[in-house]
Amino acid sequence: MGRIVIRSGRLLDPSTGRDETCDLLVEDGRIAACGRGLPAEGALAIDATGAWVVPGLIDLHAHLREPGQEYKEDIASGGRAAVAGGFSAVACMANTHPVNDDPAVTEYILDRARHESPARVYPIAAATRGLAGEVMTEMSALVEAGVIAFSDDGKTIMDSGVMRRVLEYSGLVRVPVIVHAEDCTLVRDGVVNEGPVSTRLGLPGNPAAAEAILVARDLLLAELTGAHLHVAHVSTAAALELIRSARERGVHVTAEVTPHHLTLTDEATLGYDTNTKMAPPLRSERDVRACRAALADGTLDAIATDHAPHAVHEKDVEFTAAPPGVIGLETAVPVTLELVRAGDLTPLEWARRLSTNPARIAARPGGSLAVGAPADVAVIDPERRWRYDPAKGFSKSRNSPWAGREMIGRAIATLVEGRLVYDVERGVLVP
Amino acid sequence: MTPSLDARVVLDDTAIRRALVRIAHELVEHNERLDELYLVAIPNGGVPLARSIAANLHQIADLEVPVGILDTTLYRDDLLSRGDRPPLRRTEMPSAVDGRVVVLVDDVVSTGRTIRAAMDALMDFGRPQAVQVVGLVDRGHRELPIKIDYVGKNLPTRRGERVELRGLAGGLEGPLEVVVRGDGEAGQPEGVTA
Amino acid sequence: MMGRDLLAIEDLDRADLERILETAQRMEEVGRRDVKKVPTLRGRTLINLFFEASTRTRTSFEIAGKRLSADVVNFTPSSSSLKKAESILDTAMTLDAMAPDAVVVRHAVAGVPKRIADALEAPVINAGDGAHEHPTQALLDLFTVWQEKGRLDGLTVTIVGDIVHSRVARSNLYAFSKLGAEVRLAAPPTMLPPAVEALGVKAYTSLREALEGADVVMLLRIQQERLDGCFFPSIREYAATFGLDRAKLRYAKDDAIVMHPGPINRGVEIAHDLADRRPSVILDQVRNGVAVRMAVLYLFAGRNPRREG
Repeated sequence: MGRIVIRSGRLLDPSTGRDETCDLLVEDGRIAACGRGLPAEGALAIDATGAWVVPGLIDLHAHLREPGQEYKEDIASGGRAAVAGGFSAVACMANTHPVNDDPAVTEYILDRARHESPARVYPIAAATRGLAGEVMTEMSALVEAGVIAFSDDGKTIMDSGVMRRVLEYSGLVRVPVIVHAEDCTLVRDGVVNEGPVSTRLGLPGNPAAAEAILVARDLLLAELTGAHLHVAHVSTAAALELIRSARERGVHVTAEVTPHHLTLTDEATLGYDTNTKMAPPLRSERDVRACRAALADGTLDAIATDHAPHAVHEKDVEFTAAPPGVIGLETAVPVTLELVRAGDLTPLEWARRLSTNPARIAARPGGSLAVGAPADVAVIDPERRWRYDPAKGFSKSRNSPWAGREMIGRAIATLVEGRLVYDVERGVLVP
Repeated sequence: MTPSLDARVVLDDTAIRRALVRIAHELVEHNERLDELYLVAIPNGGVPLARSIAANLHQIADLEVPVGILDTTLYRDDLLSRGDRPPLRRTEMPSAVDGRVVVLVDDVVSTGRTIRAAMDALMDFGRPQAVQVVGLVDRGHRELPIKIDYVGKNLPTRRGERVELRGLAGGLEGPLEVVVRGDGEAGQPEGVTA
Repeated sequence: MMGRDLLAIEDLDRADLERILETAQRMEEVGRRDVKKVPTLRGRTLINLFFEASTRTRTSFEIAGKRLSADVVNFTPSSSSLKKAESILDTAMTLDAMAPDAVVVRHAVAGVPKRIADALEAPVINAGDGAHEHPTQALLDLFTVWQEKGRLDGLTVTIVGDIVHSRVARSNLYAFSKLGAEVRLAAPPTMLPPAVEALGVKAYTSLREALEGADVVMLLRIQQERLDGCFFPSIREYAATFGLDRAKLRYAKDDAIVMHPGPINRGVEIAHDLADRRPSVILDQVRNGVAVRMAVLYLFAGRNPRREG
């Protein structure tokens, strides 16, 4: 494989703490050298002046919709959207049709990814068969087939006895169980955060307690079983307090937060735009501030997009009938850079939560620019201004709350295993 | 209601009163069945004028002529092409219209559209025996074949000028005057009609 | 100045509300004539787009439109249980093709009239969307109280019932507050909306306290479905604690009036002997509905502020 040299960028490597302007040389799929004025004959040169050079971003939570709902997204288009957003790897959830609860489906996904996706794809398998919350999936066989974690995401395992066994059994394979924490008997038909906004809107509310109650339960079960619990898309201050104190007690818990829960409050739903309907819903100002503080102090380990494509005709219905979720792979960078601009995170810490920490949670290589590490690299221009038009994006779907907005910050080049798969001028380059 | 340098008074209160007395006499002169008269004022300007005429008729001929108020806004032909919807005014028709000699009273008649709208409105209230028109000021520029039977004053004007009846003390109580404002003058019309 | 659509009382200010009430008073006079018709909207098309069935409100709009000489077309999109969701854009584009002068929309889910308004050129009037708002109901309630009491400032208005699910309650609390009345809400705790006092009203779980010195008592209908949703234990208990009868009415002022948007559940929210005559003004509300809707159509139909100078 060829040589690529990325010149004069601000190198940010959270795995070593390095933050300096230098060149990065990539050769045969690995980081070969890093320093000033590196000689590089025959290498493709990328000018990163004024830009940051970070490990390729890793998204722990995306819905690629293949198999079964390819009209919304598939592994090819999802992979392209990922690299266009600076992600060299994306983990895909199991709520496909059929559900990824069997090694055959996992192998299908990996095969499609090998052929069609410029980004690495890490499948997450269902924790229970058919996502029914009753019978465990064959965790050993699934991990052997290549899954990195188990999750019934989209749904919650409401039976505490089943959740206990799932967590307990996961100890056999030592991968995280990812929980979508919502007590559905409390949420019922709630579609927006319960509070003054739901009252004004006249829509049924989803109380913050619904998340906190489930998080409390699963933290105690993780404590009981010693399992690694990973909490998906945390949205409430209440859940964060519980996670913080559980971790202090020694519970093996990690947690992620979405770009939208870091930057949008429930007031965004006041116009009834279904592109502001997510699960969990956008929360109050207080919850958003708590999420930002938790991301800064490490209570939240990672930013994960929960990229959830839905077709236009599916979202263009009354608010209560629209499926929840928004796409996020192509906007994660500019949206989360708001936290750097606001002083909540340094650039190095921002990069850590988008690459190094996810790599650690997924137990996959990545999140490092040390010599010898796989050459998954993203070049980010933090000042670049552009207008986001989802119709011009790589995702098949357009359901974004940021459609039409002016964005600041963008991935301008992405490398996966030493190959340049994306640059902002020419688009996705492979396959 | 600040006095404008560009507004000239064409009829002062005295002239208006004299005209209304003359018009009352003309009404008596031209109508046989005086007990069938019904004065119907077009708000806002027509109202004090109609009341004045009724008082005059009482004095001259000992008549008790009913006075109605008929807002024509809902019958205008230009409502939906305008931007803002004009405010509606009070309509009070104390007497039935059937068989009456209805005398419409308006302050300023110009294109004739208001009188035409008033007749449309009137027909929805009943079938008058006859309709006559009193206009304190006829400023010309007819767009419809409407004639005024009893005119206070003929006043040639330019199209862009505004002619209005107003009260000296604000509102339409007390002494009145008719003023003409130059083209493009801003002003709050109280009695201006088209 | 008011915008193109009438979607929510929350969007209107005091001057807007007064303007609509004054116009309604003029329209009421038209309703007392022999010929109850004026040519104002002649040749104009009014579409009633009722996704949620409602004979009363639809008929009221229909009469209002016809009194203004408009052509009224009723559209009731099929609500088969199989077809859960209606593509809003499709519906709006179909309507736009008919170039209506106003579209009146009622839907069981909040926000649909707004979404239709965003996609249509024509003015949209919200005839009730989920638990969000029912502007013309609040307007006719305001009008009724104004006619009865001669003023709105300083009155105490108590709204009783399933507030959390009620668009009538929401629209009324905005409307009466904006015109200077004190609004109180009375309901079991399960039926008070979260954080409702942030809207400038006082919430009570004691009907007695809420009624003390009230000038207006507005009752809301209790629905059977709420029993299944675990909002209150039985009709019997609801009627005993929040149903209005003569005994409880005594806590209100002597000249208090009783209102209800209808249809009423006799013996539940209102006692049999209170429903049919003074102090109940329920029939006046219905009558006033036509005048108020005529006023709304006069002020909104056929207007497109974007095209106006």
